[in-house]
Amino acid sequence: MLQTRVIPCLLLKGDTLVKTVNFKKPAYIGDPVNTARIFNELEVDELALLDISATNNNNKPDFKILAELANECFMPLAYGGGINNFEDAKKIFKIGIEKIIVNSVAFTNPNLITQLAEHFGNQAIVASIDVKKNMFGKYQVYSNSGTKKQKVDPVAWAQELEQLGAGEILLTAIHQEGTWKGFDIELTKKIANAVNIPVIANGGASSINDIENIVKEGDASAVSLGSMVVYQNKGMGVLVNFPNQTNLRKALK
Amino acid sequence: MITIVDYGMGNLGSVFNMFKKIGVVSKITSDLEEIKFAKKLLLPGVGSFDKAMQKINTSGIREVLDQKVLIEEVPILGICLGMQLLTNSSEEGTEKGLGYINASAKKFIFQDKKMKVPHMGWNLVEKSTSSLLTTNFEEESRFYFVHSYYVEVVNQANSILKTNYGLEFDSAIQHKNVYGAQFHPEKSHKFGMKLFENFSKI
Repeated sequence: MLQTRVIPCLLLKGDTLVKTVNFKKPAYIGDPVNTARIFNELEVDELALLDISATNNNNKPDFKILAELANECFMPLAYGGGINNFEDAKKIFKIGIEKIIVNSVAFTNPNLITQLAEHFGNQAIVASIDVKKNMFGKYQVYSNSGTKKQKVDPVAWAQELEQLGAGEILLTAIHQEGTWKGFDIELTKKIANAVNIPVIANGGASSINDIENIVKEGDASAVSLGSMVVYQNKGMGVLVNFPNQTNLRKALK
Repeated sequence: MITIVDYGMGNLGSVFNMFKKIGVVSKITSDLEEIKFAKKLLLPGVGSFDKAMQKINTSGIREVLDQKVLIEEVPILGICLGMQLLTNSSEEGTEKGLGYINASAKKFIFQDKKMKVPHMGWNLVEKSTSSLLTTNFEEESRFYFVHSYYVEVVNQANSILKTNYGLEFDSAIQHKNVYGAQFHPEKSHKFGMKLFENFSKI
């Protein structure tokens, strides 16, 4: 039986890790390489790192940090942030990171996704979609770390990204992110049922129960965790941790 | 020392990193002279079957591999696509495989929409035939898989691990000095380290 992947998702800003709430108020978490080392020791399924200021600051990915990460981690690694050309992506793969995550560039240069997928395989390309529910309950897609509203329908956009060659979708509900209020099940289900590729649900997890719900009710293929794995609990201090594997596997059976 | 064959495709950095972690010296090379003197070979691979075979066939690596593997009987471990290349053929392409193991690669086809392809993530393995590659494996050893094609051996004695994803397939294979693993040991924590350690001791 294939096990549902549970993936810590770390946010990089400059050279430190932060954690945000609704994509705002970045709070200091720690050093990226040290934190990744702890997750490696905890034997997590996979690890994702997103540089949340690279695109908006016009910065390239931090290849030095990525190389250190690849040296320390013996599980699959995914990186996103500031990837907007073929050469940089190639460099990241060469370092030993096997998946790249793209978001903003999908709007400015969608062909890059196809080009990367043809060269490195669909399994290496994760398309990230950031969605916010507005006050009328309508889902809207954002790029550039949630700062730029895009005129696309989330479901249609997910299907288009699959067509372009993405092998997975990282779906983040901005309105849930960092809130500890659980995933957006409705949104995840909508997208997961509209595409053939795996959807990784992100934003809002607070417990194993939330994880179970998003998999069983939201049809997520994989789950990404933020606050839950870097804080002791809601409103408490930094503590790098991972849910108990036995309980997790029991819940996901 | 393990010679990691670089024919232009694959995640070589992570393979090298894991050998380093377990204290085994390895070297990434595409130099035919270096491959000729290898004591142990590792054939990685990510990408398409035909493209990989064309690169191996046109670079001169093919002749050296045949000499090392078939005549000198040096241990070789193919991982992921590298394992599929050890077989006769794949439904992914039209090129012939290296043919070191009597097996072939087939495409995963499922009617159920929930069975996604590629088979991606952590899955369990079960021993089918005992092998030096899998000695002292922990109960419930799990590995990270990413593949759209799976290998089926002709002779069950060549299957050393099996995995279930919609159907049962051969997740590790062996014929004499030739070994293959469908999953990515280099991305599979202590389970992958154990397999690499076993291979280094063969």
